[in-house]
Amino acid sequence: MTSGWLVVAIVGVATIAFKAAGPVLIGRRALPTRVQSVVDLLAPVMLISLVATQTFGGDEEITVDARVLGVGAAVVAIALRAHVIVAMAVAAGVTAGVRLIA
Amino acid sequence: MSLPQTPEPRIRDGMRAALPLAPSPILFGLSYGVLADATGFGAAAAVVMSATTFAGAAQFASLSVLDAGGTVAAAVLAAIFLNARYVAISVTVASIFPGGKLRRLVESQSIVDESWALAGRRGRFEWPILVGSGLVFYTLWVGSTAAGTFVGGILEDPNALGLDAAFAALFLALAVPYLREPRARQAALLAAAITLALIPFAPAGVPIIVASAACLLGLRR
Repeated sequence: MTSGWLVVAIVGVATIAFKAAGPVLIGRRALPTRVQSVVDLLAPVMLISLVATQTFGGDEEITVDARVLGVGAAVVAIALRAHVIVAMAVAAGVTAGVRLIA
Repeated sequence: MSLPQTPEPRIRDGMRAALPLAPSPILFGLSYGVLADATGFGAAAAVVMSATTFAGAAQFASLSVLDAGGTVAAAVLAAIFLNARYVAISVTVASIFPGGKLRRLVESQSIVDESWALAGRRGRFEWPILVGSGLVFYTLWVGSTAAGTFVGGILEDPNALGLDAAFAALFLALAVPYLREPRARQAALLAAAITLALIPFAPAGVPIIVASAACLLGLRR
């Protein structure tokens, strides 16, 4: 799949540059505070957007199906401080179970 | 009288510090390899991406966008936005790397969330801990990705096993530590609203990119 390799190349080069940015280019200077606060919010924003997409996203429509129950069960697992891998297994197990019955 | 001195740590100490955290890169690497192969991303591409990008969340994110039918641009942007935090992280450890630019470029690739957290655990960042633990995490991550791709081929329909919901659970669990900050919670809620509002109208992957604008809430004082 060539599109996969394109993603590998571009994301790889960008990430290597991000990790090297501080040690190679910036040295001892710090990022401006306002830039820093925007960068700090990027990870939670992207992750929650991925959660929404992965839970409700259909073929250009909002879909409510077995995934919602699976992710709901994972929310409970995470609230009970389960390990990430356990939360993933719970989500997969509940979703697969509901799909099997439905 | 002299103050008690903490001996300067060695690379070895960093490698040892990484061991209690070893299950995480092993299990994530395995599941990344399985998913990459099952979704048709390809075993070789998955292993090369683990060896170059070496950042779990971004690798899973680009995989999920492509699997949902998103474009290369959407998959790339989702991963790059997720990894942008490494600019900030690498700035915090910028001054601890010895040697010339080439050596710093190579050694800076040992930066990953876990090695960075371990390196700073004594109140200041320690280069041997960062590089030593990073080396262990890197080896485990690439090795277990490769191992996972052998299992992936066995799965015929990953979504029948609920792997799409497992992706959602993973991203949610990764987001939780950030959400202790009120501003991060507001930005995340806004991002979720933008994403859900756009899904019916925009091609796969695009809602995530537009939702990233929610991080501009950081400009508010």
